[in-house]
Amino acid sequence: MKSVVAQHLIKTYRNGEVRALDDLSLDVEEGTVLSVLGPNGAGKTTTVRILATLLSPDSGNATVGGIDVIKHPEKVREIIGLSGQYAAVDETLTGWDNLVMFGRLYHLGKQASINRANELLERFSLTESARRPIKTYSGGMRRRLDLAASLIVRPKVLFLDEPTTGLDPRGRQEMWGVIEELVKDGVTLLLTTQYLEEADQLADEIAVIDHGKVIARGTSDVLKKQVGGERLEVVVESAHIKATMEIVAKVSGDKVSLDEALRQISAPVSTGATALIEVLRALDTAGIHPLDVGLKRPSLDDVFMSLTGHVAEEVVAAPVDKKKKGRK
Amino acid sequence: MKNAISDALVITKRQLLQLARVPEVLIFSTIQPVMFVLLFRYVFGGSISTDQPGGYVQLLMPGIFVQTVAFTLAATASGLAEDMGKGLIDRFRSLPISRSALVVGRTLGDSLLNIVVLAVMGIAGFVVGWRPTSGLPKVMLGFLFLLLFGYALSWTGIFVGLSARDARVVQNVSFIITFPLTFLSNAFAPTTGMPRPLQYVAEWNPVSTMVAACRQLFGLENQFGATAGSFPSEHPLEMSLIYMVLIMVIFVPLSVRKYKNSSK
Repeated sequence: MKSVVAQHLIKTYRNGEVRALDDLSLDVEEGTVLSVLGPNGAGKTTTVRILATLLSPDSGNATVGGIDVIKHPEKVREIIGLSGQYAAVDETLTGWDNLVMFGRLYHLGKQASINRANELLERFSLTESARRPIKTYSGGMRRRLDLAASLIVRPKVLFLDEPTTGLDPRGRQEMWGVIEELVKDGVTLLLTTQYLEEADQLADEIAVIDHGKVIARGTSDVLKKQVGGERLEVVVESAHIKATMEIVAKVSGDKVSLDEALRQISAPVSTGATALIEVLRALDTAGIHPLDVGLKRPSLDDVFMSLTGHVAEEVVAAPVDKKKKGRK
Repeated sequence: MKNAISDALVITKRQLLQLARVPEVLIFSTIQPVMFVLLFRYVFGGSISTDQPGGYVQLLMPGIFVQTVAFTLAATASGLAEDMGKGLIDRFRSLPISRSALVVGRTLGDSLLNIVVLAVMGIAGFVVGWRPTSGLPKVMLGFLFLLLFGYALSWTGIFVGLSARDARVVQNVSFIITFPLTFLSNAFAPTTGMPRPLQYVAEWNPVSTMVAACRQLFGLENQFGATAGSFPSEHPLEMSLIYMVLIMVIFVPLSVRKYKNSSK
Protein backbone atom coordinates (compact mmCIF):
# COMPACT_ATOMS: atom_id res chain seq x y z
CA MET A 1 0.00 0.00 0.00
CA LYS A 2 1.14 3.53 -0.73
CA SER A 3 1.44 5.69 2.37
CA VAL A 4 2.16 8.88 0.51
CA VAL A 5 0.89 9.76 -2.93
CA ALA A 6 1.35 13.09 -4.67
CA GLN A 7 -0.10 13.58 -8.12
CA HIS A 8 0.59 16.38 -10.55
CA LEU A 9 1.35 18.96 -7.90
CA ILE A 10 1.76 22.46 -9.20
CA LYS A 11 2.69 25.38 -7.00
CA THR A 12 3.62 28.80 -8.25
CA TYR A 13 4.60 31.93 -6.43
CA ARG A 14 4.37 35.58 -7.34
CA ASN A 15 1.45 35.15 -9.72
CA GLY A 16 3.01 32.31 -11.63
CA GLU A 17 6.39 33.92 -12.11
CA VAL A 18 8.16 31.33 -9.99
CA ARG A 19 7.19 27.73 -10.60
CA ALA A 20 8.21 25.92 -7.43
CA LEU A 21 6.50 22.67 -8.36
CA ASP A 22 5.89 21.85 -11.96
CA ASP A 23 3.67 18.77 -12.21
CA LEU A 24 5.42 16.82 -9.49
CA SER A 25 4.26 13.27 -8.76
CA LEU A 26 5.69 10.79 -6.33
CA ASP A 27 4.66 8.06 -3.93
CA VAL A 28 6.08 6.19 -0.98
CA GLU A 29 5.33 2.55 -0.25
CA GLU A 30 4.27 1.91 3.36
CA GLY A 31 7.19 1.20 5.67
CA THR A 32 9.85 2.33 3.22
CA VAL A 33 12.09 5.35 2.88
CA LEU A 34 11.92 7.65 -0.10
CA SER A 35 14.60 10.23 -0.42
CA VAL A 36 13.79 13.31 -2.43
CA LEU A 37 17.11 14.43 -3.73
CA GLY A 38 17.78 17.74 -5.36
CA PRO A 39 19.70 20.99 -5.19
CA ASN A 40 18.51 24.09 -3.37
CA GLY A 41 15.41 25.53 -4.95
CA ALA A 42 14.44 22.30 -6.68
CA GLY A 43 11.13 22.19 -4.79
CA LYS A 44 11.95 19.79 -1.96
CA THR A 45 10.69 21.94 0.88
CA THR A 46 7.59 23.00 -1.03
CA THR A 47 6.75 19.33 -1.59
CA VAL A 48 7.13 18.51 2.10
CA ARG A 49 5.10 21.54 3.14
CA ILE A 50 2.23 20.51 0.89
CA LEU A 51 2.27 16.92 2.13
CA ALA A 52 2.46 18.10 5.75
CA THR A 53 -0.64 20.32 5.21
CA LEU A 54 1.25 23.60 5.66
CA LEU A 55 0.73 24.71 2.11
CA SER A 56 -1.96 24.24 -0.54
CA PRO A 57 -0.92 23.40 -4.07
CA ASP A 58 -2.34 25.44 -6.96
CA SER A 59 -3.48 22.18 -8.48
CA GLY A 60 -2.93 18.46 -8.17
CA ASN A 61 -3.75 16.25 -5.25
CA ALA A 62 -2.05 14.33 -2.50
CA THR A 63 -2.89 11.75 0.13
CA VAL A 64 -1.01 10.76 3.26
CA GLY A 65 -2.01 7.51 4.95
CA GLY A 66 -4.89 7.40 2.47
CA ILE A 67 -6.24 10.77 3.66
CA ASP A 68 -6.58 13.72 1.31
CA VAL A 69 -4.26 16.48 2.52
CA ILE A 70 -6.35 19.25 1.02
CA LYS A 71 -9.80 18.04 2.08
CA HIS A 72 -8.92 16.69 5.54
CA PRO A 73 -5.73 18.38 6.71
CA GLU A 74 -6.73 18.03 10.37
CA LYS A 75 -6.89 14.25 10.03
CA VAL A 76 -3.55 14.12 8.26
CA ARG A 77 -1.96 16.09 11.11
CA GLU A 78 -2.89 13.31 13.51
CA ILE A 79 -0.77 10.72 11.75
CA ILE A 80 2.27 12.66 10.60
CA GLY A 81 5.45 13.92 12.16
CA LEU A 82 7.41 16.79 10.64
CA SER A 83 10.92 17.83 11.36
CA GLY A 84 12.28 20.66 9.32
CA GLN A 85 15.59 22.04 8.28
CA TYR A 86 15.66 24.37 11.24
CA ALA A 87 15.12 22.97 14.68
CA ALA A 88 11.59 24.16 15.35
CA VAL A 89 11.56 24.06 19.10
CA ASP A 90 11.35 26.75 21.75
CA GLU A 91 14.96 27.63 22.45
CA THR A 92 14.37 29.39 25.73
CA LEU A 93 12.70 26.33 27.19
CA THR A 94 14.46 23.13 28.21
CA GLY A 95 14.31 19.97 26.13
CA TRP A 96 11.98 18.46 28.67
CA ASP A 97 9.67 21.52 28.67
CA ASN A 98 9.41 21.34 24.90
CA LEU A 99 8.54 17.66 24.70
CA VAL A 100 5.97 17.90 27.48
CA MET A 101 4.42 20.92 25.78
CA PHE A 102 4.15 19.11 22.46
CA GLY A 103 2.72 16.08 24.27
CA ARG A 104 0.01 18.30 25.71
CA LEU A 105 -0.69 19.73 22.28
CA TYR A 106 -1.16 16.19 20.99
CA HIS A 107 -3.73 15.85 23.82
CA LEU A 108 -1.80 13.15 25.63
CA GLY A 109 -2.73 14.25 29.11
CA LYS A 110 -0.31 15.48 31.72
CA GLN A 111 1.21 12.26 33.04
CA ALA A 112 1.32 10.61 29.62
CA SER A 113 3.08 13.69 28.19
CA ILE A 114 5.69 13.55 30.93
CA ASN A 115 6.25 9.82 30.47
CA ARG A 116 6.57 10.14 26.73
CA ALA A 117 8.99 13.07 27.08
CA ASN A 118 11.22 11.05 29.41
CA GLU A 119 11.07 8.07 27.08
CA LEU A 120 12.09 10.09 24.03
CA LEU A 121 14.85 11.96 25.87
CA GLU A 122 16.26 8.60 26.95
CA ARG A 123 16.01 7.16 23.48
CA PHE A 124 17.80 10.08 21.84
CA SER A 125 20.49 10.25 24.54
CA LEU A 126 19.33 13.64 25.75
CA THR A 127 18.43 12.74 29.32
CA GLU A 128 21.49 14.48 30.72
CA SER A 129 20.66 17.76 29.03
CA ALA A 130 16.91 17.47 29.49
CA ARG A 131 16.80 20.29 32.03
CA ARG A 132 18.96 22.71 30.11
CA PRO A 133 17.56 25.37 27.77
CA ILE A 134 17.83 24.33 24.12
CA LYS A 135 20.01 27.31 23.30
CA THR A 136 22.82 25.58 25.13
CA TYR A 137 22.51 22.47 22.93
CA SER A 138 24.85 21.59 20.08
CA GLY A 139 23.45 21.55 16.54
CA GLY A 140 23.18 17.77 16.58
CA MET A 141 21.39 17.74 19.93
CA ARG A 142 18.89 20.31 18.72
CA ARG A 143 18.08 18.27 15.65
CA ARG A 144 17.63 15.15 17.74
CA LEU A 145 15.29 16.99 20.06
CA ASP A 146 13.39 18.36 17.09
CA LEU A 147 13.08 14.86 15.71
CA ALA A 148 11.93 13.61 19.11
CA ALA A 149 9.22 16.28 19.12
CA SER A 150 7.90 14.95 15.82
CA LEU A 151 7.69 11.41 17.20
CA ILE A 152 5.54 12.07 20.24
CA VAL A 153 2.49 10.21 18.98
CA ARG A 154 4.40 7.61 16.95
CA PRO A 155 3.47 9.01 13.55
CA LYS A 156 2.66 6.63 10.71
CA VAL A 157 4.38 8.90 8.23
CA LEU A 158 7.39 11.01 9.00
CA PHE A 159 8.65 13.93 6.92
CA LEU A 160 12.22 15.01 7.44
CA ASP A 161 13.23 18.08 5.51
CA GLU A 162 17.00 18.13 5.15
CA PRO A 163 17.57 16.60 8.57
CA THR A 164 21.36 16.95 8.51
CA THR A 165 21.89 20.23 6.67
CA GLY A 166 24.37 22.30 8.60
CA LEU A 167 25.52 19.53 10.92
CA ASP A 168 29.16 18.60 11.32
CA PRO A 169 30.18 15.08 10.21
CA ARG A 170 29.76 13.69 13.71
CA GLY A 171 26.31 15.21 14.12
CA ARG A 172 25.39 13.81 10.74
CA GLN A 173 26.53 10.31 11.65
CA GLU A 174 24.52 10.45 14.89
CA MET A 175 21.45 11.65 13.04
CA TRP A 176 21.78 8.87 10.49
CA GLY A 177 21.99 6.32 13.29
CA VAL A 178 18.82 7.70 14.84
CA ILE A 179 16.97 7.73 11.51
CA GLU A 180 18.05 4.18 10.66
CA GLU A 181 16.59 2.98 13.95
CA LEU A 182 13.30 4.69 13.24
CA VAL A 183 13.14 2.99 9.90
CA LYS A 184 13.70 -0.38 11.55
CA ASP A 185 10.61 0.33 13.65
CA GLY A 186 8.63 0.49 10.43
CA VAL A 187 7.81 4.16 10.03
CA THR A 188 7.18 5.39 6.50
CA LEU A 189 9.70 8.10 5.83
CA LEU A 190 9.97 10.81 3.24
CA LEU A 191 13.31 12.50 3.55
CA THR A 192 14.65 15.38 1.53
CA THR A 193 18.32 15.96 1.14
CA GLN A 194 20.87 17.62 -1.06
CA TYR A 195 23.49 15.12 0.02
CA LEU A 196 23.82 12.27 -2.41
CA GLU A 197 25.62 10.24 0.20
CA GLU A 198 22.71 10.64 2.59
CA ALA A 199 20.15 9.44 0.09
CA ASP A 200 22.37 6.49 -0.74
CA GLN A 201 22.78 5.59 2.92
CA LEU A 202 19.20 5.95 4.18
CA ALA A 203 16.75 5.52 1.33
CA ASP A 204 15.12 2.47 -0.23
CA GLU A 205 14.24 4.58 -3.20
CA ILE A 206 15.38 7.91 -4.52
CA ALA A 207 13.42 10.51 -6.44
CA VAL A 208 15.72 13.03 -8.06
CA ILE A 209 14.00 16.37 -8.49
CA ASP A 210 15.03 19.45 -10.32
CA HIS A 211 13.08 22.59 -11.20
CA GLY A 212 9.95 21.29 -9.51
CA LYS A 213 9.63 17.90 -11.13
CA VAL A 214 10.87 14.37 -10.66
CA ILE A 215 13.49 13.70 -13.29
CA ALA A 216 14.49 10.20 -12.23
CA ARG A 217 13.23 7.64 -9.84
CA GLY A 218 14.46 4.30 -8.55
CA THR A 219 16.77 2.55 -6.14
CA SER A 220 20.25 3.91 -5.89
CA ASP A 221 21.48 0.89 -7.89
CA VAL A 222 18.98 1.46 -10.68
CA LEU A 223 19.89 5.13 -10.91
CA LYS A 224 23.54 4.31 -11.08
CA LYS A 225 22.95 1.78 -13.84
CA GLN A 226 21.01 4.41 -15.71
CA VAL A 227 24.15 6.46 -15.94
CA GLY A 228 26.16 3.56 -17.21
CA GLY A 229 27.63 0.38 -15.82
CA GLU A 230 30.81 -0.16 -13.95
CA ARG A 231 34.26 0.91 -14.97
CA LEU A 232 37.44 -1.02 -14.44
CA GLU A 233 40.39 1.05 -13.31
CA VAL A 234 44.03 0.00 -13.20
CA VAL A 235 47.04 2.03 -12.11
CA VAL A 236 50.47 0.80 -13.26
CA GLU A 237 54.08 1.96 -13.60
CA SER A 238 54.69 4.20 -16.63
CA ALA A 239 56.68 1.47 -18.36
CA HIS A 240 53.71 -0.87 -18.39
CA ILE A 241 51.03 1.53 -19.57
CA LYS A 242 51.01 0.45 -23.19
CA ALA A 243 50.86 -3.28 -22.47
CA THR A 244 48.19 -2.79 -19.84
CA MET A 245 46.02 -0.76 -22.17
CA GLU A 246 46.09 -3.62 -24.65
CA ILE A 247 45.03 -6.12 -22.01
CA VAL A 248 42.21 -3.94 -20.73
CA ALA A 249 41.00 -3.25 -24.25
CA LYS A 250 40.78 -6.95 -24.93
CA VAL A 251 38.69 -7.68 -21.83
CA SER A 252 36.47 -4.63 -22.12
CA GLY A 253 35.94 -4.62 -25.84
CA ASP A 254 35.16 -0.94 -25.46
CA LYS A 255 37.01 2.35 -25.58
CA VAL A 256 39.92 2.50 -23.13
CA SER A 257 40.91 5.81 -21.66
CA LEU A 258 44.12 6.85 -20.01
CA ASP A 259 44.78 9.44 -17.34
CA GLU A 260 48.49 10.06 -17.84
CA ALA A 261 49.04 12.07 -14.70
CA LEU A 262 47.62 9.31 -12.53
CA ARG A 263 48.89 6.52 -14.82
CA GLN A 264 45.35 5.21 -14.61
CA ILE A 265 43.79 3.13 -17.33
CA SER A 266 40.04 2.71 -17.31
CA ALA A 267 37.30 1.19 -19.46
CA PRO A 268 33.65 0.26 -19.14
CA VAL A 269 32.99 -3.41 -18.36
CA SER A 270 29.78 -5.35 -18.35
CA THR A 271 30.83 -8.49 -16.49
CA GLY A 272 31.93 -6.85 -13.27
CA ALA A 273 34.12 -8.98 -11.04
CA THR A 274 34.73 -11.55 -13.80
CA ALA A 275 36.30 -8.85 -15.95
CA LEU A 276 38.45 -7.83 -13.02
CA ILE A 277 39.76 -11.38 -12.56
CA GLU A 278 40.45 -11.72 -16.30
CA VAL A 279 42.46 -8.53 -16.36
CA LEU A 280 44.42 -9.49 -13.26
CA ARG A 281 45.26 -12.92 -14.70
CA ALA A 282 46.42 -11.37 -17.96
CA LEU A 283 48.52 -8.78 -16.14
CA ASP A 284 50.06 -11.49 -13.97
CA THR A 285 50.93 -13.60 -17.02
CA ALA A 286 52.55 -10.53 -18.60
CA GLY A 287 54.53 -9.98 -15.41
CA ILE A 288 52.90 -6.62 -14.70
CA HIS A 289 52.14 -5.74 -11.09
CA PRO A 290 49.38 -3.18 -10.86
CA LEU A 291 49.75 -0.45 -8.22
CA ASP A 292 46.04 -0.25 -7.82
CA VAL A 293 43.10 -1.94 -9.39
CA GLY A 294 39.39 -1.82 -8.88
CA LEU A 295 35.85 -1.62 -10.13
CA LYS A 296 34.19 1.75 -9.83
CA ARG A 297 30.45 2.14 -9.79
CA PRO A 298 29.16 5.58 -10.69
CA SER A 299 28.36 7.76 -7.68
CA LEU A 300 25.12 9.59 -7.24
CA ASP A 301 27.06 12.72 -8.16
CA ASP A 302 27.59 11.17 -11.56
CA VAL A 303 23.90 10.34 -11.68
CA PHE A 304 22.93 13.90 -10.99
CA MET A 305 25.42 15.27 -13.44
CA SER A 306 24.19 13.04 -16.23
CA LEU A 307 20.52 13.71 -15.47
CA THR A 308 20.57 17.45 -15.02
CA GLY A 309 23.76 18.63 -16.60
CA HIS A 310 24.74 20.38 -13.42
CA VAL A 311 26.06 19.24 -10.09
CA ALA A 312 23.74 18.76 -7.16
CA GLU A 313 25.41 21.21 -4.83
CA GLU A 314 24.88 24.10 -7.17
CA VAL A 315 23.02 26.83 -5.38
CA VAL A 316 20.24 28.12 -7.56
CA ALA A 317 18.87 31.51 -6.63
CA ALA A 318 15.47 30.46 -5.42
CA PRO A 319 13.31 32.81 -3.41
CA VAL A 320 10.65 30.13 -3.32
CA ASP A 321 12.17 27.60 -0.97
CA LYS A 322 13.55 30.24 1.30
CA LYS A 323 10.33 32.10 1.58
CA LYS A 324 9.14 31.14 5.01
CA LYS A 325 12.22 29.61 6.45
CA GLY A 326 13.96 30.70 9.54
CA ARG A 327 16.24 33.63 9.88
CA LYS A 328 18.47 34.24 12.75
CA MET B 1 -14.04 23.54 21.59
CA LYS B 2 -12.76 22.10 24.86
CA ASN B 3 -9.57 21.19 23.06
CA ALA B 4 -9.30 24.65 21.52
CA ILE B 5 -9.29 26.20 24.99
CA SER B 6 -6.86 23.72 26.51
CA ASP B 7 -4.56 24.04 23.48
CA ALA B 8 -4.55 27.81 23.88
CA LEU B 9 -3.75 27.42 27.58
CA VAL B 10 -0.79 25.17 26.76
CA ILE B 11 0.56 27.98 24.58
CA THR B 12 -0.06 30.53 27.33
CA LYS B 13 1.73 28.27 29.78
CA ARG B 14 4.65 28.11 27.41
CA GLN B 15 5.03 31.89 27.65
CA LEU B 16 4.93 31.76 31.44
CA LEU B 17 7.54 29.01 31.38
CA GLN B 18 9.72 31.19 29.15
CA LEU B 19 9.55 33.89 31.81
CA ALA B 20 10.48 31.38 34.47
CA ARG B 21 13.44 30.15 32.41
CA VAL B 22 14.63 33.64 31.46
CA PRO B 23 13.51 35.87 34.33
CA GLU B 24 15.53 38.77 32.87
CA VAL B 25 12.74 39.33 30.35
CA LEU B 26 10.22 40.00 33.09
CA ILE B 27 12.67 42.13 35.04
CA PHE B 28 13.47 44.36 32.07
CA SER B 29 9.90 44.61 30.88
CA THR B 30 9.02 46.05 34.30
CA ILE B 31 12.12 48.20 34.72
CA GLN B 32 11.29 50.19 31.59
CA PRO B 33 7.87 51.46 32.68
CA VAL B 34 9.13 52.09 36.21
CA MET B 35 11.91 54.16 34.68
CA PHE B 36 9.30 56.13 32.75
CA VAL B 37 7.38 56.76 35.96
CA LEU B 38 10.48 58.16 37.64
CA LEU B 39 11.66 60.18 34.63
CA PHE B 40 8.33 61.85 33.94
CA ARG B 41 7.59 62.36 37.59
CA TYR B 42 10.86 64.09 38.39
CA VAL B 43 12.11 65.45 35.05
CA PHE B 44 8.94 66.84 33.45
CA GLY B 45 6.74 66.92 36.53
CA GLY B 46 8.43 70.05 37.80
CA SER B 47 7.91 72.06 34.64
CA ILE B 48 4.36 71.03 33.75
CA SER B 49 2.11 73.25 35.84
CA THR B 50 -1.17 71.90 37.05
CA ASP B 51 -3.51 72.79 39.87
CA GLN B 52 -4.26 69.08 40.36
CA PRO B 53 -4.40 68.29 44.07
CA GLY B 54 -1.60 65.82 44.71
CA GLY B 55 0.39 67.16 41.80
CA TYR B 56 1.34 66.08 38.28
CA VAL B 57 1.95 62.46 39.28
CA GLN B 58 -1.82 61.92 39.68
CA LEU B 59 -2.34 62.83 36.01
CA LEU B 60 0.84 61.13 34.88
CA MET B 61 0.16 57.63 36.20
CA PRO B 62 -2.91 56.90 34.04
CA GLY B 63 -0.91 58.16 31.06
CA ILE B 64 2.00 55.86 31.74
CA PHE B 65 -0.29 52.90 32.42
CA VAL B 66 -1.94 53.34 29.04
CA GLN B 67 1.38 53.85 27.28
CA THR B 68 2.72 50.65 28.81
CA VAL B 69 -0.24 48.49 27.82
CA ALA B 70 -0.11 50.04 24.35
CA PHE B 71 3.32 48.48 23.96
CA THR B 72 1.67 45.06 24.22
CA LEU B 73 1.23 45.46 20.48
CA ALA B 74 4.99 45.40 20.00
CA ALA B 75 5.50 42.56 22.48
CA THR B 76 2.92 40.31 20.82
CA ALA B 77 4.08 41.17 17.32
CA SER B 78 7.77 40.55 17.89
CA GLY B 79 7.16 37.39 19.92
CA LEU B 80 5.10 35.95 17.10
CA ALA B 81 7.55 37.04 14.41
CA GLU B 82 10.35 35.36 16.32
CA ASP B 83 8.41 32.10 16.49
CA MET B 84 7.78 32.30 12.77
CA GLY B 85 11.41 32.99 12.01
CA LYS B 86 12.50 29.94 13.97
CA GLY B 87 10.04 27.68 12.20
CA LEU B 88 8.12 27.07 15.41
CA ILE B 89 4.88 28.26 13.84
CA ASP B 90 5.23 25.61 11.14
CA ARG B 91 5.62 22.97 13.80
CA PHE B 92 2.48 24.19 15.59
CA ARG B 93 0.60 24.26 12.32
CA SER B 94 1.54 20.65 11.61
CA LEU B 95 0.00 19.54 14.92
CA PRO B 96 -3.61 18.40 15.27
CA ILE B 97 -4.56 21.49 17.27
CA SER B 98 -7.14 24.18 16.75
CA ARG B 99 -5.94 26.88 14.39
CA SER B 100 -6.83 29.67 16.76
CA ALA B 101 -5.04 28.09 19.74
CA LEU B 102 -1.66 29.60 19.04
CA VAL B 103 -2.82 33.18 18.58
CA VAL B 104 -5.38 33.06 21.40
CA GLY B 105 -2.78 31.53 23.70
CA ARG B 106 -0.25 34.22 22.90
CA THR B 107 -2.66 37.12 23.44
CA LEU B 108 -3.63 35.62 26.80
CA GLY B 109 0.01 35.17 27.78
CA ASP B 110 0.86 38.76 26.94
CA SER B 111 -2.10 39.95 29.01
CA LEU B 112 -0.89 37.95 32.01
CA LEU B 113 2.46 39.66 31.65
CA ASN B 114 0.60 43.00 31.65
CA ILE B 115 -0.95 42.17 35.02
CA VAL B 116 2.50 41.78 36.56
CA VAL B 117 3.85 44.92 34.89
CA LEU B 118 0.84 47.03 35.93
CA ALA B 119 1.11 45.81 39.50
CA VAL B 120 4.79 46.74 39.70
CA MET B 121 4.10 50.14 38.14
CA GLY B 122 1.21 50.78 40.51
CA ILE B 123 3.52 50.15 43.45
CA ALA B 124 6.23 52.39 41.95
CA GLY B 125 3.61 55.10 41.41
CA PHE B 126 2.42 54.78 44.98
CA VAL B 127 5.99 55.21 46.21
CA VAL B 128 6.37 58.48 44.28
CA GLY B 129 3.07 59.91 45.49
CA TRP B 130 0.27 58.51 43.29
CA ARG B 131 -2.95 58.29 45.35
CA PRO B 132 -6.13 57.36 43.50
CA THR B 133 -9.11 58.73 45.40
CA SER B 134 -12.03 56.83 43.88
CA GLY B 135 -12.00 53.75 46.12
CA LEU B 136 -10.91 50.20 45.40
CA PRO B 137 -13.78 49.05 43.10
CA LYS B 138 -13.30 51.92 40.66
CA VAL B 139 -9.52 51.62 40.75
CA MET B 140 -9.83 47.90 39.94
CA LEU B 141 -12.23 48.77 37.14
CA GLY B 142 -9.60 51.15 35.82
CA PHE B 143 -7.03 48.35 35.76
CA LEU B 144 -9.53 46.06 34.06
CA PHE B 145 -9.93 48.71 31.36
CA LEU B 146 -6.18 48.82 30.95
CA LEU B 147 -5.94 45.03 30.64
CA LEU B 148 -8.72 44.92 28.07
CA PHE B 149 -7.09 47.67 26.07
CA GLY B 150 -3.80 45.75 26.12
CA TYR B 151 -5.62 42.58 25.09
CA ALA B 152 -7.30 44.30 22.15
CA LEU B 153 -3.98 45.75 20.99
CA SER B 154 -2.40 42.34 21.34
CA TRP B 155 -4.63 41.20 18.47
CA THR B 156 -3.35 44.11 16.40
CA GLY B 157 0.11 42.83 17.29
CA ILE B 158 -0.78 39.37 15.97
CA PHE B 159 -1.69 40.93 12.67
CA VAL B 160 1.49 43.00 12.51
CA GLY B 161 3.61 40.01 13.52
CA LEU B 162 2.12 37.78 10.84
CA SER B 163 2.32 40.46 8.17
CA ALA B 164 5.98 41.29 8.53
CA ARG B 165 8.42 38.46 8.14
CA ASP B 166 11.34 39.62 10.18
CA ALA B 167 11.42 40.19 13.92
CA ARG B 168 13.45 43.40 13.54
CA VAL B 169 11.03 44.86 11.01
CA VAL B 170 8.19 44.02 13.36
CA GLN B 171 9.91 45.83 16.19
CA ASN B 172 10.26 48.97 14.07
CA VAL B 173 6.75 48.85 12.66
CA SER B 174 5.28 48.42 16.14
CA PHE B 175 7.15 51.44 17.43
CA ILE B 176 6.11 53.53 14.46
CA ILE B 177 2.51 52.68 15.35
CA THR B 178 2.70 53.07 19.12
CA PHE B 179 4.95 56.11 19.57
CA PRO B 180 2.80 58.69 17.78
CA LEU B 181 -0.30 57.12 19.33
CA THR B 182 0.99 57.51 22.86
CA PHE B 183 2.54 60.95 22.48
CA LEU B 184 -0.11 62.53 20.27
CA SER B 185 -2.45 62.26 23.21
CA ASN B 186 -3.30 63.72 26.57
CA ALA B 187 -1.12 61.13 28.32
CA PHE B 188 1.71 63.39 29.46
CA ALA B 189 0.78 66.97 28.66
CA PRO B 190 -2.35 68.98 27.89
CA THR B 191 -3.51 68.69 24.32
CA THR B 192 -4.34 72.38 24.38
CA GLY B 193 -0.74 73.24 23.61
CA MET B 194 -0.92 71.46 20.23
CA PRO B 195 -1.79 73.10 16.91
CA ARG B 196 -5.54 73.03 16.37
CA PRO B 197 -5.70 70.19 13.78
CA LEU B 198 -3.53 67.99 15.97
CA GLN B 199 -5.81 68.64 18.90
CA TYR B 200 -8.64 66.92 17.08
CA VAL B 201 -6.44 63.93 16.29
CA ALA B 202 -5.33 63.81 19.91
CA GLU B 203 -8.89 63.95 21.18
CA TRP B 204 -10.07 61.12 18.97
CA ASN B 205 -6.94 59.08 19.65
CA PRO B 206 -7.95 55.91 21.55
CA VAL B 207 -4.97 56.42 23.84
CA SER B 208 -6.44 59.78 24.92
CA THR B 209 -9.86 58.34 25.57
CA MET B 210 -8.28 55.50 27.54
CA VAL B 211 -6.18 57.92 29.60
CA ALA B 212 -9.20 60.12 30.21
CA ALA B 213 -11.27 57.08 31.17
CA CYS B 214 -8.62 55.93 33.64
CA ARG B 215 -8.29 59.40 35.13
CA GLN B 216 -12.02 59.42 35.62
CA LEU B 217 -11.99 55.97 37.20
CA PHE B 218 -9.12 56.94 39.49
CA GLY B 219 -11.15 59.95 40.69
CA LEU B 220 -9.56 62.84 38.75
CA GLU B 221 -10.76 65.66 36.63
CA ASN B 222 -9.26 65.13 33.19
CA GLN B 223 -7.25 68.34 33.19
CA PHE B 224 -5.25 67.45 30.13
CA GLY B 225 -8.39 66.76 28.20
CA ALA B 226 -9.97 68.56 25.38
CA THR B 227 -11.26 72.03 25.11
CA ALA B 228 -13.01 71.49 21.80
CA GLY B 229 -15.86 69.67 23.51
CA SER B 230 -15.64 66.67 21.18
CA PHE B 231 -17.60 63.50 21.84
CA PRO B 232 -14.58 61.38 22.89
CA SER B 233 -13.40 63.93 25.43
CA GLU B 234 -16.89 64.22 26.90
CA HIS B 235 -17.49 60.45 27.00
CA PRO B 236 -14.12 58.80 27.48
CA LEU B 237 -15.44 55.60 29.12
CA GLU B 238 -17.97 54.85 26.42
CA MET B 239 -15.60 55.84 23.66
CA SER B 240 -12.80 53.63 25.02
CA LEU B 241 -15.13 50.65 25.15
CA ILE B 242 -16.24 51.33 21.60
CA TYR B 243 -12.60 51.50 20.47
CA MET B 244 -11.73 48.23 22.19
CA VAL B 245 -14.68 46.43 20.65
CA LEU B 246 -13.86 47.95 17.28
CA ILE B 247 -10.23 46.86 17.42
CA MET B 248 -11.25 43.32 18.36
CA VAL B 249 -13.99 43.12 15.75
CA ILE B 250 -11.53 44.11 13.06
CA PHE B 251 -8.35 42.40 14.14
CA VAL B 252 -9.50 39.09 15.65
CA PRO B 253 -10.99 37.73 12.42
CA LEU B 254 -8.28 39.40 10.34
CA SER B 255 -5.51 37.85 12.44
CA VAL B 256 -7.04 34.39 12.60
CA ARG B 257 -7.54 34.43 8.84
CA LYS B 258 -4.03 35.66 8.27
CA TYR B 259 -2.70 32.88 10.49
CA LYS B 260 -4.69 30.21 8.71
CA ASN B 261 -3.48 31.44 5.34
CA SER B 262 0.00 32.27 6.45
CA SER B 263 1.53 29.74 4.09
CA LYS B 264 -0.75 29.90 1.12
